Amino acid sequence: MKYTLSVLVENQPGVLSKVVGLFSRRGFNIDSLAVGITEDSTISRITIVVNGDEYIVEQVEKQLNKVIPVIKVKTLNTSGEFISSELSLIKVNCNTKQRAEIMKIAELMHARIVDVSTSSLTLQYADTPENTQTLISLLKPYGIKELVGTGTVAIEKGASTTRKQTN
Amino acid sequence: MISGAEIMVKCLENENVTIAFGYPGAAICPFYDKLHNSSIRHILVREEQNAAHAASGYARSSGKPGVCIATSGPGATNLITGLATAYMDSIPLIAITGQVNSELLGRDVFQEADITGACESFTKHSYLVKKTSDLPRVFKEAFHIASTGRPGPVLIDIPIDIQQNEIEEFIYPQKADIIGYKPRTQGHALQIKKALEAIETAQRPVICCGGGVVLAGARKEMIAFAQNSGIPVVATMMGIGVISMDSDLYLGMIGSHGRTCANRTVHEADLLILCGARVGDRAVSAPEQIAEQAKIIHIDIDPAEIGKNMPVHIPIVGDIRLVLGELAEKVAHHSNSEWIDHVLSCKNAYLPRGEARTDFVEPRVFIRDLSKMMQENAILVSDVGQNQIWSSKNFNVKEGRFLTTGGLGTMGYALPAAIGAKLAKPHRQVVTICGDGAFQMSMCELGTLCQYEVDIKIIVMQNNRLGMVKEVQDMLYCGCHEATILDGNPDFVKLAQAYGIEAASATNNEEAKQFAKQMLESKKAYILVCHVDPDTPSI
Repeated sequence: MKYTLSVLVENQPGVLSKVVGLFSRRGFNIDSLAVGITEDSTISRITIVVNGDEYIVEQVEKQLNKVIPVIKVKTLNTSGEFISSELSLIKVNCNTKQRAEIMKIAELMHARIVDVSTSSLTLQYADTPENTQTLISLLKPYGIKELVGTGTVAIEKGASTTRKQTN
Repeated sequence: MISGAEIMVKCLENENVTIAFGYPGAAICPFYDKLHNSSIRHILVREEQNAAHAASGYARSSGKPGVCIATSGPGATNLITGLATAYMDSIPLIAITGQVNSELLGRDVFQEADITGACESFTKHSYLVKKTSDLPRVFKEAFHIASTGRPGPVLIDIPIDIQQNEIEEFIYPQKADIIGYKPRTQGHALQIKKALEAIETAQRPVICCGGGVVLAGARKEMIAFAQNSGIPVVATMMGIGVISMDSDLYLGMIGSHGRTCANRTVHEADLLILCGARVGDRAVSAPEQIAEQAKIIHIDIDPAEIGKNMPVHIPIVGDIRLVLGELAEKVAHHSNSEWIDHVLSCKNAYLPRGEARTDFVEPRVFIRDLSKMMQENAILVSDVGQNQIWSSKNFNVKEGRFLTTGGLGTMGYALPAAIGAKLAKPHRQVVTICGDGAFQMSMCELGTLCQYEVDIKIIVMQNNRLGMVKEVQDMLYCGCHEATILDGNPDFVKLAQAYGIEAASATNNEEAKQFAKQMLESKKAYILVCHVDPDTPSI
């Protein structure tokens, strides 16, 4: 099963390598990784998707907590519902005849067309990993020239947040 | 104005550091220059790895973080094995390394090594200092991190220009405030209540005492808990010395090289109370099976150890000294005499292995003899290999200590660690036991002990073999002794004499006993070489 971990870290050099290094040396596989700033500029958030069982996720969470600049770790799957999203830029083969068809797909999936040429079309898409997969499978028959994707970012549903501990 | 190097020295003085072990080089010279006029005594080792081992011995003996220093590049990389050893055994160390000029970082200049990168998985935390004004905070944090929670080594890598640059004034922070580091000390009240209930209903309980008990300074609490509860105790290799072998309810060491009665008791128990033990593979071979038959209470300061190697029913995260203190106070005396009788009959059926010999020194018999001759509060430092098993099973720790590396199992640990242990406790007897293989790995430190007149007693078990590997070859590889025969050993007595160290060589148990008496009476360092039959088993 896939687990999404939201990790708050101190925004200082070397933190990412400490976090990522921990995964490889303990034999845990990262599915996706995204790093960005938070509402507090001294704190960054790393969103990590791992594939594994309960034991692995528990170990990952505990080992992450041992990394000194890690402030808080939350496995979103175990704390309730959450929304996840990833950004993709997809360059598809597209001649003038196919353009209308692909534009229809884009419209259907709510993807934005950000670039066009005589032989290609580039779509920008920000949605759940599942919907991204659907869009990719729809575009595959035309031939995907290049796909650039970010890691998944996720946020909890409702008013609850993953923020630094107050205790 | 004050330079970075001066700040570094002042930070150490503020942390009450009185001894540091190190080896200089160009990139750490500004610091050494300022160390010259400080109150800190610097011990020049002969190889950097041994600076870390000596600092480890010092830390374990004194209870304060040990400090080791090396220069950039090879000096720093030589430290790594020592840091990894301390990391596996959870020993608080501060490692200070010089680094090339911060503007040249990453250009592969002379003696540059990415030491913080290389040590990522061998340190509790590491710093590469980029600003001189960061030094006080970094040192304060480093000492706090190394010595609190689950202790461990912290590395501070300092480029030469950061040591040279000057700032306005030096202010040492009162305390470290690290937002993501707040180790839990008090055990959860509800979990402790659950543990007490489990102890009350258990029929066949056993306590397993690990290295965490020693690190937490919880010897008194452990003894009180065992006595008040009347529950038998086994120990891991790192937990040896908390309870004396003379104690009725102490069954000895568990594990692949442990005592049968200790292992059997763990396997027959219906409640296992793990105290600061991480259930390493060498201590517990079938953790899943044990957890199926018994309820497991696991007390540890590191939440990541709980459930890592063994399923746990009642986890208690906290300082083992506080948790055991509370358990000792509240526990009811266990009254299943049938279980105790069974365990004791198993213990009493144990006969010490080996018989005194006239053609060789039988090491197990000799260590038992030595144990009786040594002072109550003596420190025994054992190396790695057969000598570690002989020592851990036959030396009776009373009020003293048993120091060895149980985690990484680094050969060559004993001699430098003993130097550190002795410098921390100059009035205690410090004896080290090593094999002829391991001794040759850190033999260069004989120079250190001569230079600083460190009075430690070194026993070299000479069998001209890498005994433990040879034993594996005999058992699993049809006795093909490839690369385990130490031809070319020097005459260790003559070697000692070259250093001006008193030495003797024993070829039978009677001789060994006599020389040991002489050795313990001597006020100076002493090397006793014991000739051991290569076929003597570990167990």
